[in-house]
Amino acid sequence: MFTSSTCSLLRDQNTVLGVTGTTFCPEQFMNQYFQLFFYCLFLLVYRLHGRYHEMAPNVVPMDYTKDPDVKLPMQLIINMPELKENPFKERIVASFSEDGEGSLSFNDFVDMFSVLSEMAPRELKAIYAFKIYDFNTDNFICKADLEKTLNKLTREELTDEEITLVCEKVIEEADMDGDGKLGFADFENMISKAPDFLRYSLGNQVYQQKPF
Amino acid sequence: STLQSKNQEKDKEEKEDKEDENKEEDNGSQQNRTSRRKNYQRRNGDEKKARGERSQKRDRGKTAPNKDQKESENKEKKTMKRGKEGENKQKKDRKNSISSSSNSSDEESLSEEELAMLKEQVEQKKKLISTMRNKPWRMVKKLSVLREAQDFVEKFEGALGKGKGKKLYAYKMMMAKKWVKFKRDFENFKTQCIPWEMKIKEVESHFGSSVASYFIFLRWMYGVNLVLFGLIFGLVIIPEVLMGMPYGSLPRKTVPRAEQATAMDFSVLWDFEGYIKYSALFYGYYNNQRTIGWLKYRLPMAYFMVGISVFGYSLMVVIRSMARNANESTADGDDDNFIFSWKMFTSWDYLIGNPETADNKFASITTSFKESIVDEQESNKDENIHLRRFLRVLANVLIICCLCGSGYLIYFVVKRSQTFSKMQNVGWYERNEVEIVMSLLGMFCPPLFETIAALENYHPRIGLKWQLGRIFALFLGNLYTFLLALMDDVNEKLAEEDVVKNITHWTLLGHHNSSAGNDSTVTPRPLDPADVPRGPCWETTVGIEFVRLTVSDILVTYITILVGDFIRACFVRFVNYCWCWDLEAGFPSYAEFDISGNVLGLVFNQGMIWMGSFYAPGLVGINVLRLLTSMYFQCWAVMSSNVPHERVFKASKSNNFYMGLVLLILFLSLLPVAYTIMSLPPSFDCGPFSGKKRMYDVIQETIELDFPLFVAKIFSYVANPGLIIPAILLMVNFTNTSRTEYKPHRRVLANISFFVHK
Repeated sequence: MFTSSTCSLLRDQNTVLGVTGTTFCPEQFMNQYFQLFFYCLFLLVYRLHGRYHEMAPNVVPMDYTKDPDVKLPMQLIINMPELKENPFKERIVASFSEDGEGSLSFNDFVDMFSVLSEMAPRELKAIYAFKIYDFNTDNFICKADLEKTLNKLTREELTDEEITLVCEKVIEEADMDGDGKLGFADFENMISKAPDFLRYSLGNQVYQQKPF
Repeated sequence: STLQSKNQEKDKEEKEDKEDENKEEDNGSQQNRTSRRKNYQRRNGDEKKARGERSQKRDRGKTAPNKDQKESENKEKKTMKRGKEGENKQKKDRKNSISSSSNSSDEESLSEEELAMLKEQVEQKKKLISTMRNKPWRMVKKLSVLREAQDFVEKFEGALGKGKGKKLYAYKMMMAKKWVKFKRDFENFKTQCIPWEMKIKEVESHFGSSVASYFIFLRWMYGVNLVLFGLIFGLVIIPEVLMGMPYGSLPRKTVPRAEQATAMDFSVLWDFEGYIKYSALFYGYYNNQRTIGWLKYRLPMAYFMVGISVFGYSLMVVIRSMARNANESTADGDDDNFIFSWKMFTSWDYLIGNPETADNKFASITTSFKESIVDEQESNKDENIHLRRFLRVLANVLIICCLCGSGYLIYFVVKRSQTFSKMQNVGWYERNEVEIVMSLLGMFCPPLFETIAALENYHPRIGLKWQLGRIFALFLGNLYTFLLALMDDVNEKLAEEDVVKNITHWTLLGHHNSSAGNDSTVTPRPLDPADVPRGPCWETTVGIEFVRLTVSDILVTYITILVGDFIRACFVRFVNYCWCWDLEAGFPSYAEFDISGNVLGLVFNQGMIWMGSFYAPGLVGINVLRLLTSMYFQCWAVMSSNVPHERVFKASKSNNFYMGLVLLILFLSLLPVAYTIMSLPPSFDCGPFSGKKRMYDVIQETIELDFPLFVAKIFSYVANPGLIIPAILLMVNFTNTSRTEYKPHRRVLANISFFVHK
């Protein structure tokens, strides 16, 4: 409906670093990012670099022209205010990391926010959503994955019978090929009919100022 | 390298890159090696070899074997330093050098067929580049593939334009790239210009997306109203004020003698009488001169066309917004096949960044799961269908009684206000009774409906729809009752007009005779405009009523927010220390933001604006001010006095539902205006259509006098109902199909593309 942009980062006071940093992001570099990410905002990548840098100022260089091979560990990234309250933060970061352990290079970092932005298409989001909810990374969402998801969502407030009931219902509803677990096709089929998928979940991750 | 430098001097583009060129001499040589190798293969191979090599390239792009990966990674590292443009120019340079050196030897080997194949490959690579961002690959892989594809495109693109067309082709490519860059920069600029983005994001992180969606809707309304205001202000108000007759020169523009004593009093101005009534804010001020000023601006025609285009523009914008929503949203939200799955995978709101909101969200998710579990377990239980049906019928009967009661109340109050207006010495309450009653009804009936609806025991989502429908019916009923009462008023005024016409006529005659009585050669002194007897001018009355209604609605809304939210929050916060029970947990506690109530209020306000803007051009300006202050005021109120919803309730597909409401209101507000334009005669002495038999006669007049003859003939043929009705049906069909045609295709494509790349 009313598309809103994701430029709240524009007014973040903490990224003086990024903007006045000398050699991070020459204009020509943006062409490349433009092809790969859903953000074409020049300043936004500056901001992202600023945020990435301030998580570990000693490790992340200001100067990216030599393309340093720097990766930040998961612990630092899941403490970002945008992700801190999310029950699936570890899974989100792990899905975008190269080694599956959760360390993100700067490119992976920008990629993550790009997919989580409003401009990414639903199909791409569905692919990553499947990766996120697949805790044991076996390309299927099995009953154990469902139980973990449910526990994270309800902070383990449901009883065991309730958990079992819900997981069974989910598999009953969504499993089309009858193998007792959800493959990507089942997941995609179910999520494509969901009215709230784009708007609420995985839909509109946004940059925010530090909470006050 | 000498060849390179020669081409550098030749080519204008390379001038800028001389520094880059010098810096990366070693890389240049490496690049040279790779590109020279590729070129050697191309030159010396026959068709088969070339084809094989090209397919090799294609494979290289997809699977990235080790050697090439290293090569591309090297390329990647070094090109990151330079940036694309510098490299482009270098490549072009090298390409030029290669092509120019091999021009003679190459022309035989590149036959037409090869050229076509090469072109196809370039197109393929371009397509790959443009869809790169949709692929769920790792960044390293994406970067290398992108580099590869870009290199390929750069290299062979220039080669495609051979012979005479080469320079032109290269120029065209360069312009296309510049255009893409310009478009991108413009998009960046546009997104930066969106107002209040930060505010809305703040609200979103604290209260979730559903509350923020109200503010986004408000912002959209503001945009629409701004455009309407621009139209009306620029095309109607400004010309009349600048080029029309000034205040005091005509009877319609002057306060009558009898009212002049009190015309500046605040109480009179507050009722929109006095000087305000005789200003450009209302219909009555406008002169019916066919052309005004040195521009020969046709004001009556402009007034009419602007009135129509207000509705036309609003319709277009609403339909476009609905079409956009329809593309994004999916089919039936009432699909109950995936209740638990959706709860599991789509209930967490990824926008939440605030710990308190997150806590609430966890709690509401848990509650929602428990409810569904209970529902599931109880679904086999026997329920007393008859009792439930009886209760539902009872509830509906009660609500219909309420609706009729409120309708009658409004009718009664409007009739009473007509008798009041004839009296002298009316108090403040009597003057504003209508607006007060309407606002109070709007405030107290919805909670009453909710209480009665507790009898019905529906599923909450269905219950919400009923509730919204009932509130909608309430507002609609009130509005239309108000209009009916107003119509009575108008008809009375029309009857009065005939009488006044006669009086005016005789008064003017009498004045002429008396002033010219003694000396027939002296030209008669014109009657002072303030003394001319006036007609009742029903249009201005209607305009005034709408403006009054809007203003009182604004005031009631603001006061409700101030008292109901802010004062309540202050009370709960500070008196809690010395109160017997916990005010924060029990009654009254902090208020939650009522999304549906606010959205409906906004939609109905807009309906009133649409209805009233034809008779009071200044009304849209008032609304623009109102929306602007509303945005700041409500944002502040929400952040300072509201708490996030405990039960996070999202009426699914609510976006299109509200847009549908807006569309409905638009049509319903078009009806009264269209009726009055078509069937009521305009007042004889005020407004731009005075003196005509019907308002739409202005169109005929303009066609007859301003356009050549054949246009009039064409219009008389086109205005045939037999042609107009099919045209309308066609338009409706077209809008419907354009709304629904995208959905199936995208999903199919998405499925296919995923499996292809898996």
